[in-house]
Amino acid sequence: MDDLKKEPTYIKTFSSDELALSTKNLSVLYGGTIQKLFNVSLGFKKNAITALIGASGSGKSTFLRSLNRMNDKVATVKGNIIFHGLDVNKPNINVYELRKNIGMVFQKPNPFPKSIRENITYTLKADGQKDKQKLDQIVEESLRAAALWDEVKDKLDKSALALSGGQQQRLCIARAIALKPEILLLDEPASALDPVSTAKLEDTLKQLRSRYTMVMVTHNMQQASRISEYTAFFHLGHVLEYDVTSNVFTNPKGRITEKYIQGSFG
Amino acid sequence: MHAKRNDKIATVFIYIFVAIVICILAGILGEILITGLPHLSWHFLSSSASSFQAGGGVRDQLFNSVYLLILTIAISLPIALGAAIYLSEYAKDNWITNTIRTSIEILSSLPSIVVGLFGYLLFVIQFNLGFSIISGALALTFFNLPILTSNIEQALEGVPQSQREAGQALGLSNWKTIRGIVLPAALPGILTGIVLSAGRVFGEAAALIYTAGQSGSTIDYSNWNAFSPTSFLNVMRPAETLAVHIWKVNTEGIIPDATIVSAATSALLVIVVIIFNFGARALGNMLYRKLTASNTK
Amino acid sequence: MSEKNDDLKKVVNQALAEQKVPHVKLDKMKPSTVDIDKLTKPSKETHQEYWGKGLTFLAIILIILLVVSIIGFVGEHGLATFFSDHVNIIHFLTSTNWDPTQGENHVGALAMIVTSFLVTLISALIAAPFAIAVALFMTEYSSKRSAKFLQSVTELLVGIPSVVYGFLGLTIIVPTIRNVFGGTGFGILAATLVLFVMVLPTITSLTVDALKAVPTELRNSSAALGATRWQTIYHVILRASTSRILTAIIFGMARAFGEALAVQMVIGNAVLMPYNLVSPSATLTSQLTSQMGNTVMGTLPNNALWSLALLLLLMSLLFNFLVHLIGKKGKK
Ligand SMILES: Nc1ncnc2c1ncn2[C@@H]1O[C@H](COP(=O)(O)OP(=O)(O)O)[C@@H](O)[C@H]1O
Ligand SMILES: [Mg+2]
Repeated sequence: MDDLKKEPTYIKTFSSDELALSTKNLSVLYGGTIQKLFNVSLGFKKNAITALIGASGSGKSTFLRSLNRMNDKVATVKGNIIFHGLDVNKPNINVYELRKNIGMVFQKPNPFPKSIRENITYTLKADGQKDKQKLDQIVEESLRAAALWDEVKDKLDKSALALSGGQQQRLCIARAIALKPEILLLDEPASALDPVSTAKLEDTLKQLRSRYTMVMVTHNMQQASRISEYTAFFHLGHVLEYDVTSNVFTNPKGRITEKYIQGSFG
Repeated sequence: MHAKRNDKIATVFIYIFVAIVICILAGILGEILITGLPHLSWHFLSSSASSFQAGGGVRDQLFNSVYLLILTIAISLPIALGAAIYLSEYAKDNWITNTIRTSIEILSSLPSIVVGLFGYLLFVIQFNLGFSIISGALALTFFNLPILTSNIEQALEGVPQSQREAGQALGLSNWKTIRGIVLPAALPGILTGIVLSAGRVFGEAAALIYTAGQSGSTIDYSNWNAFSPTSFLNVMRPAETLAVHIWKVNTEGIIPDATIVSAATSALLVIVVIIFNFGARALGNMLYRKLTASNTK
Repeated sequence: MSEKNDDLKKVVNQALAEQKVPHVKLDKMKPSTVDIDKLTKPSKETHQEYWGKGLTFLAIILIILLVVSIIGFVGEHGLATFFSDHVNIIHFLTSTNWDPTQGENHVGALAMIVTSFLVTLISALIAAPFAIAVALFMTEYSSKRSAKFLQSVTELLVGIPSVVYGFLGLTIIVPTIRNVFGGTGFGILAATLVLFVMVLPTITSLTVDALKAVPTELRNSSAALGATRWQTIYHVILRASTSRILTAIIFGMARAFGEALAVQMVIGNAVLMPYNLVSPSATLTSQLTSQMGNTVMGTLPNNALWSLALLLLLMSLLFNFLVHLIGKKGKK
């Protein structure tokens, strides 16, 4: 603990009109007492990819899942999460609306056991969209945006479970995008994929970057440096460094960060 | 070598025990089917029971059993489904949930005669419904609820957590996620659970003798007016089921061919149970394959 | 150190250089503007959530209400014997004088209590070794296929209606006993044998679950130490699953204790203290089954029967409690 206090840290800040989402003193406790995240204050720049790196168990997922309130049931989340000037960590917030604006993609692809088309239209229909033409249009556009259209356009009514892991993951991205969120949270989206699928997924994310703000957990340093503009380093529930990716990787301020990065690039 | 010798002795003993058990099992199934099947004719299934002569059938009992089963499932399914959804999707790990689970366990371990007598007290006497199909269906519902609830809960718990997270992360309410994603995915398991519990309900007698009654009334199968006393659909009429019939003819012993009637009815019950047992599995597997149909390229 | 740093820099810079956005025309998909108002107002989903939670909890309430009212109703009527009809509870539990139509001094249930316990204990005790042997055979000796076959047969036998077992007892067991021991053939022995067959599959399938729960590593490490199969079974497997096997036996006993019709069909239904195993007798359940229809609601003979039902209910609570107790101990 003392070591951590002495550790030089650097947390980059942005002006508020550059920010898409930010947290102030975000702390997370499991079971009411076991604290796993300590006063994390991070701002995420609009239309940029921010990578969250750190050893496994350092709290990256815990942090990410708090941002769209997916931790509501499993943990106590204290602090503020600012989205469009609104603290969305308040109990009066409509989490369903929030999640439509802040989409999430998980580590293991989790398409619904339905057809490819229904995977995308299911939430839209639940939202009240009934116009068949409009639905078809959104299906095509979101699949295109997720760079999956060409591969699946002839089998839209086949089961999504028949797709490869990489295709499933891009379908999950398309499904999230179909709701037109501003922000996408991605929790190690490529860790279950082979290198070819990973490359395709990364391409997709790069294409999406100009329109969406993305926060992505990754344990793969090369991946972080390949696609992220900013990187935050998590250590035992604290953020030790947050800066432009090149700075974090080539010029870390703290020794823990440096050691981790050198170790992971190995 | 003591160890080696003991091992041999133990093996021999286990094989002997198993052989005895297999003989018993084979004897039971064989006895039921061999003595029963020859009498299980179309005439037996399609004619009504006789009250003191030989040669009666079980038409009404068979219909009553099926009708009671359908009513019981219809009443207990929504309740069991609700309770199972609450337990697997909403319940937090606290004392309330523990109390709920204990209650369900208690209900499932109550002797069915006690459940039947409670039904007698409440419906037949208190609510003045008399010996009737509806009293019987409600008693069977009580008997069926705990097992059906836990079957469904198991099926729901078999659906991966990641499916629920997928729905929630897309801004769906838990309820919508459960209804639209979790329930369809759990459907094979749920159906298996329903069919398995149906087998139990179909053969239950102790919960029925004081609720649905031990005798039937005249039934008119062409009378579709459910409020007419003779209609086969009337839920207020007393109704003897197949299982109760076996008990009845054996304890009263009025008809001369009680043994033959019981044997045939037993065979019928056992066949139904076999069909339910294997049907449940087959149905579950089939649906499962259909749902996860990953049409291989 | 610095050499390594240079390497790292090279890798990172190369990766960063690759970051340039591939040249693709982005499609029409883009975020919609966020409606802040919506974020603080309840929506369709909020209402769905209330409904869903409310409806499912209603089902739970129904079940709890049901359990409470079963205990309440049976308790009320069962206790009326003691409170309104002034039967001495000690008399009820210790006297064998059962003839409630004769008044409050003839409501001794001991004979039925003893018989109920006798048939339960004997049948479970005979069934247990058989069940354990079959379960061991299925998990430790036989091939997967024959184990699976035995498992389906066991499940099938659990599902056979109890009246069918009663009927078989009536047509096979009772005549056999009559031929061998004389008398009517009805009695505790017949009931015990029927119950033995009925609880055997129950105990077997639960014991199989217990044995399957023993980790394979335990088996392997014991075998690696050179233990014979029986040594492994006796010292490792049975020891590790003792509490769950006990639970299985208790479940079997609960089933035997509560079984009504099959027992009633073969036991002879005479409320007498059992003096041997082949004379007619009566259990709590058999007496309830055969007499409930012959009494008038609210009279002493009727209330006395409800007291028997209450006793059954309490025993089932006790079995439940025992299962929990053993479960807790087993976890430690
Ligand atoms: N649902 C949970 N309940 C209790 N502890 C949890 C839960 N989820 C995560 N943790 C703990 O919180 C810490 C951070 O986990 P996580 O955020 O998943 O790390 P990361 O994603 O960086 O690997 C770990 O120690 C983990 O054990
Ligand atoms: Mg993680």
